[in-house]
Amino acid sequence: MAEVKTNGDHGDDLVIVRNMVKYFPIRGGLLQRVVAQVKAVDDVSFTIKRGETLGVVGESGCGKTTVGRTLLRLVPYTSGQVLFEGRDVFQAGNREMKELRKEMQIVFQDPFSSLDPRMPIGESIMEGLVVHRIGTAAERWERVINLLRLVNMEDFHAKRYPHEFSGGQRQRIGIARALALDPKFIVADEPVSALDVSVQAQVLNILMDLQQQLGLTYLFIAHNLSVVEHISSRVAVMYLGKMAELASRGDIFENPLHPYTQALMSAIPVADPRKAGSRDRIILEGDVPSPINPPAGCHFHPRCRYAMKGLCDQEEPEFKDYGTGHFVACWLVEKEAG
Amino acid sequence: MAQAQNVELLDAEALLTPEKESQALVVWRRFRRHKLALAGLIVITTFIFLGIFAGLVAPYHPISYQNPRYRNAPPTAEHLLGTDEIGRDVFSRLLFAARISLTVAFLVTGTSHFVGALLGGISGYFGGWVDNMVQRLVDFLLTIPLLPLLLAFSSILRGITIPFVPAQYSSVVVISVILIMFGWMGACRLVRGMVLSLRALDFSEAARALGMSDARIILRHMIPNSMAPIIVSATLGLGGVIVLESALSFLGFGVQPPIPTWGNMLQAAQAGLLGQPAKVFYPGMAIFLTSLAFNYVGDGLRDALDPRLKL
Repeated sequence: MAEVKTNGDHGDDLVIVRNMVKYFPIRGGLLQRVVAQVKAVDDVSFTIKRGETLGVVGESGCGKTTVGRTLLRLVPYTSGQVLFEGRDVFQAGNREMKELRKEMQIVFQDPFSSLDPRMPIGESIMEGLVVHRIGTAAERWERVINLLRLVNMEDFHAKRYPHEFSGGQRQRIGIARALALDPKFIVADEPVSALDVSVQAQVLNILMDLQQQLGLTYLFIAHNLSVVEHISSRVAVMYLGKMAELASRGDIFENPLHPYTQALMSAIPVADPRKAGSRDRIILEGDVPSPINPPAGCHFHPRCRYAMKGLCDQEEPEFKDYGTGHFVACWLVEKEAG
Repeated sequence: MAQAQNVELLDAEALLTPEKESQALVVWRRFRRHKLALAGLIVITTFIFLGIFAGLVAPYHPISYQNPRYRNAPPTAEHLLGTDEIGRDVFSRLLFAARISLTVAFLVTGTSHFVGALLGGISGYFGGWVDNMVQRLVDFLLTIPLLPLLLAFSSILRGITIPFVPAQYSSVVVISVILIMFGWMGACRLVRGMVLSLRALDFSEAARALGMSDARIILRHMIPNSMAPIIVSATLGLGGVIVLESALSFLGFGVQPPIPTWGNMLQAAQAGLLGQPAKVFYPGMAIFLTSLAFNYVGDGLRDALDPRLKL
């Protein structure tokens, strides 16, 4: 059991994730026994610094959404540890968890299912205050109005129902609801991927403004690299339930070390057609293997053009810091580093 | 700069957002277009008012007034629908029977849907072994043939005395309880199905992220969102309960005489079927009209409450 640090000496790190594992059991047969496990998140460790935005990218099914939901304990964890300001999230009792929920919130991807269609949006925003018995009825309404203004909406919107709003408006309502309890940390689970490009910018700017004003910390999950580059201070790349690389935004976009990250970066569309022709496009062969039965060794080796026989397909590379907080899990990088 | 742009966008959005119309008003506007449902609503409202004000409308007391000189009398100015085999006024009894039959119908469907929604909500939300237990109980109760079971139960509970209820009315309570006990399964399955799809939506996850208790999520989010089908099923169920209660009373196992219900009036009238066939017609017509009316209202509500149907 790792020792739980007290509130003061966790330094810059708001969230520490150690060896997070989340398997989804597949049940089958007459007795509904567990016949296999989907290894959605398979031993992932990282930290999120106070006030930063950690972007998480990866293709569909790589486990990035599951990382966010497991971290908030919205789905049961399999193993590992999450510390939020030194408090152990996975081991927290009911009462402690309720307190922790005030500090950590989530903004969802789908603006159409994230609000209760039968509830005026003002009440949806207010729910957190009601659950935690904060303020009187009048104070709660005042808070709701302030929150609506914070996300550039009007007071009178509070009495309306979700179906009366556009996708972008609903997403801002979702943000207001997440902010109601004055959290320090927000998991933004692909908050703009369901929106029009013009509205995406609007919501991203609101998220960034709020971060400045309220000193928020984000875990920003996305599959759009341009969006992640716009908002993140550090970026993590996931592949098949594992972290491939984690570095500052500049490092990861200018100097990607992991072959998978390199392939991803080469896939970013370039606006200038003259430059677009000259760039080195890396095409990955084959499909992502099944997370039920991931390949041995490095999960990426079957599709890696640098894969070394007898090493990459046998042993798993360690997710290590190669200086200045540039983490990579790759045998090639490890060999070059000596 | 970004702020100013956002404000401009907001104005544009405000202009494009349609004026708010209350949900109930929209439903009423859509319901009105269904002519048969509207007619049904009028029939039911009439019966309800006649039932409530039976004491004022009815010319005679339904039980204590007995005219020994006019037994099995045909309709006259004095007795609008004639008298029954012991000289009671049929019209008055019909009105008081509406009171009993409708009260039982509303009580039974209301309570059974409440219980069903609650159990269905719990069953669907928690899943796992809880869901299994509740659903197997539902399956079990649904496999039992209802009528023989109701007959058995009501004959067991026939002589029971219930505190605070006059002895005459105890059979009304007994029959209601029995119908509730074997009437909640449909609502339970309905709500369970709704909740299974609702709990997968992000808003229930958001509620959990806010620290909301499971009970509160079920009561505040799951059940309100299943309300439309519950209302429809309850309305359709009302007609069914009236028929079922009448059938039990007709067979002599429901509400006991001298309390009048449409069912036991029908049974009493069948004795004189050859001489006075019209006596069967009155309670029969009342049963037929109300259950038909409830069915049309249910159909109308189904269409009015379904947001996907643009009428």
